[in-house]
Amino acid sequence: MTSLPSLRAEKTPSRSAKDLVFRIFMFAGIGIALGSLATLLANVIIEGAPRLNLDLVTSMPSARPRRAGIQSAIFGSLWVVLTTAAISLPTGIGAAIYLEEFARRDRWYNRLIELNVQNLAAVPSVVFGILGLAFIKRGPLGLGSTVITASLVLSMLVLPTVVIVSREAIRAVPDSFRQGSLALGATKWETVRHQVLPNAFPGILTGTILSVSRALGESAPLLMLGALTFITFNPTGLDSQYTVLPIQIFSYISSAKQEFRPLAAASIVVLLAVLLALNAVAIFLRNKYQKRW
Amino acid sequence: MIPEISLQPSVGVRRRMLVERVIKGVLAAMAGVTVVTSVLIVVALVRPAISFFGDVNFLEFIGGVDWKPLFKPPHFGVWSIFVGSLWVGSIALVVAIPLGLGAAFFLSEYASPRVRSIVKPVLEVLAGIPTVVFGFFALNFVNPNLVAKLWPVGDVGTYSVLAAGLVTGIMILPTVASLAEDAMASVPDALRQGAYALGSNRREVSTSVVFPAALSGIVAAVVLAASRAIGETTIALLAAGSKAQLSGNPGEEGQTMAGFIGFAGIGDQATGSTGYQSIFAVGALLFVVTMLLNIASIRVVRRFREVYE
Amino acid sequence: METQDLEQNSTEQETKISDNVVLTATDLAVFYGDFRAVRDVNLEIRRGEITAFIGPSGCGKSTVLRCFNRMNDLIAGARVEGSVKYHGIDLYGDQADAGEVRRRIGMVFQRPNPFPKSIYDNVAYGPRVNGVRKKSELDAIVEKSLVGAALWDEVKDRLDASAMGISGGQQQRLCIARSIAIEPEILLMDEPCSALDPIATARIEDLMQEIKQQYTIVIVTHNMQQAGRVSDSTGFFTTEVNSESDRRTGVLVEFNSTQKIFSRPDDSRTEAYITGRFG
Repeated sequence: MTSLPSLRAEKTPSRSAKDLVFRIFMFAGIGIALGSLATLLANVIIEGAPRLNLDLVTSMPSARPRRAGIQSAIFGSLWVVLTTAAISLPTGIGAAIYLEEFARRDRWYNRLIELNVQNLAAVPSVVFGILGLAFIKRGPLGLGSTVITASLVLSMLVLPTVVIVSREAIRAVPDSFRQGSLALGATKWETVRHQVLPNAFPGILTGTILSVSRALGESAPLLMLGALTFITFNPTGLDSQYTVLPIQIFSYISSAKQEFRPLAAASIVVLLAVLLALNAVAIFLRNKYQKRW
Repeated sequence: MIPEISLQPSVGVRRRMLVERVIKGVLAAMAGVTVVTSVLIVVALVRPAISFFGDVNFLEFIGGVDWKPLFKPPHFGVWSIFVGSLWVGSIALVVAIPLGLGAAFFLSEYASPRVRSIVKPVLEVLAGIPTVVFGFFALNFVNPNLVAKLWPVGDVGTYSVLAAGLVTGIMILPTVASLAEDAMASVPDALRQGAYALGSNRREVSTSVVFPAALSGIVAAVVLAASRAIGETTIALLAAGSKAQLSGNPGEEGQTMAGFIGFAGIGDQATGSTGYQSIFAVGALLFVVTMLLNIASIRVVRRFREVYE
Repeated sequence: METQDLEQNSTEQETKISDNVVLTATDLAVFYGDFRAVRDVNLEIRRGEITAFIGPSGCGKSTVLRCFNRMNDLIAGARVEGSVKYHGIDLYGDQADAGEVRRRIGMVFQRPNPFPKSIYDNVAYGPRVNGVRKKSELDAIVEKSLVGAALWDEVKDRLDASAMGISGGQQQRLCIARSIAIEPEILLMDEPCSALDPIATARIEDLMQEIKQQYTIVIVTHNMQQAGRVSDSTGFFTTEVNSESDRRTGVLVEFNSTQKIFSRPDDSRTEAYITGRFG
């Protein structure tokens, strides 16, 4: 009898062992990533549970752990993030429109701007804090530890990200829309306004929500700007002193009194809930407006 | 038939062209803001750094190991906090490279679209966790429950470089995973099919076809992640401690460059004091190190893009 | 103003000789960077005619078409040498604005590219950006253009429906309606039927015959039979390979009446292509 050819997988011991090792390697990656997230969440929720109540958000920060809350930090975060959005979104989207629709790639200054945006997006956030310390809090502008100081610094911090995500959304608009519009005698700006922006809008919105939510969680640059003081009042204007959630959390964590730990954990739960809500909104918008052209 | 033909812009068109030019100028100015930001950063760092080196011997700065700029008498040997940054960065990469690549292989080569659509957003959530939360996790969970119990060398106190490094590694893991996955996804399918047609299995295709083809993108991802790890401030500040020391044992506390900047910044130094200026000197060093890494990463990506376009 | 008068005087003679000519290309060449995509194009487009450009792919016929309304401006590094004159005015001269050029010389693209808006808004887009604001005026233009593009009867009851929801052939006729809504003198069509089925193609071809008295048409097609069916004049392009650089450049081989091109062409290369021995 002649031996028939086999179509079963060739299973040598070494091949199977390597396959197994590779599987373990992959599942370790996913497993530890997801496991860390789960542990982190469980840790803050368990630790923070005793303090997770309405008092947390209605009380002002205090040196006495029992009475302390985060009301002024919540309002401070709102002020700072909304001001940051008001500054960085128009600027970033405008810059993205310029780079995608108007800038000629063969000009050195446009290539410089592109390279600069990419590099700036990866500059450590604390360096932006140094910039703010030297020029905005003190120095030429001398605005002190105020809402506007924080917002200007965070705007510069998130600007490159806003530019990058907006450019991606603009690039996703099919060229045929632009050509159709220009062929009808429309100018570049008219084409951008009537064709590009309406179609890029959902993508820009999703991307910018995520960039601005980064500003909401940022702590390092604000530490440089003297935000780490007990503020027991809500901001009333751009020139108000302020605290924000991440800074208040930092302050509670680094306090010598162990009793502040649950408070810090509970505040973290609030911060994460807000961030998750923003994420969910962004994902919802992305799915709702996802288009195929 | 057609009276008076002209391709000159009519009055209405001329107004539109004016609007066009104004808007283009405004948009270009907005793009220019990013360049102004970079220039401001450099100016902000360089001027105080220069006056710092007027007071402090440059050789002491880069050669010394004793870093006590806010004490009396001050010492300005940056080496100890530079090595502190290297420790945290290296530990973070030891965590993030294998785990991030494992996750990237899974998402790009193995996961079904359904599994992918669940795992990917969860990784995005991990990427969006604020650093202050990671700092809390390092200080409150990882250090007491993992490092203090499992680290074999010496006693582990409240703070440790190891805890800061491990958690920084978790923080940059999604960066490595998602950028590496992008690089793998851009490997043409024809390469994979060629290997499958020769009888390779999925693992062999992943390691011997996809990995080499995506290597430059993966390198860029790792370099960018290293830059983020080295620049990370809040985790180092909360979990690594504030005692600058040159130590070979990551179970001890230590200070990083970014951690020092944050620490000194909180302390509200008097403008013009050497302590204040030391923030800028260290900031300049940190900026240069991370910028070199960023540019290296951008370069590698550029070259890699050309291969398949 | 003075320079303009001079310009017109100097071209007066030429214009008189052939006052049927709306577009003249003289020694036209197009470069992308240092790559010469097409060279030595000399031709005249006559009013009320359909002119077809045929030839193998890569021969530069679309490139030349896109020169006629300056759509090549949009490609970074693209450069034009020689001249294209519209009623004696150089399209690339100081006297011409790209927007104004495109308003007079419209374009229909290879794939139907309606905007993701309603049918009405698609047709009204051109008039709107060119300053028409009154609703009654727009309504009239939209109806006239859709009637002109033989689409009115099919869509008159759903003008507010999305243009993305109609068939490919209807979309292409919508794009024609969109172009003629600003009443251009010339309509450039870049392989307008290549994405359509034979029935939709036939409708577009009929439409071209109906509107050619009003709008001079230049059509690029990869389909020789189509050129034979619809056009009055035909230009045949081919590629030449530069033996030194091994790069291909498009050339206009022959420009003649369609009848002549298809029956007894002057150039042997044209004949080879027409009879199917090449390309």
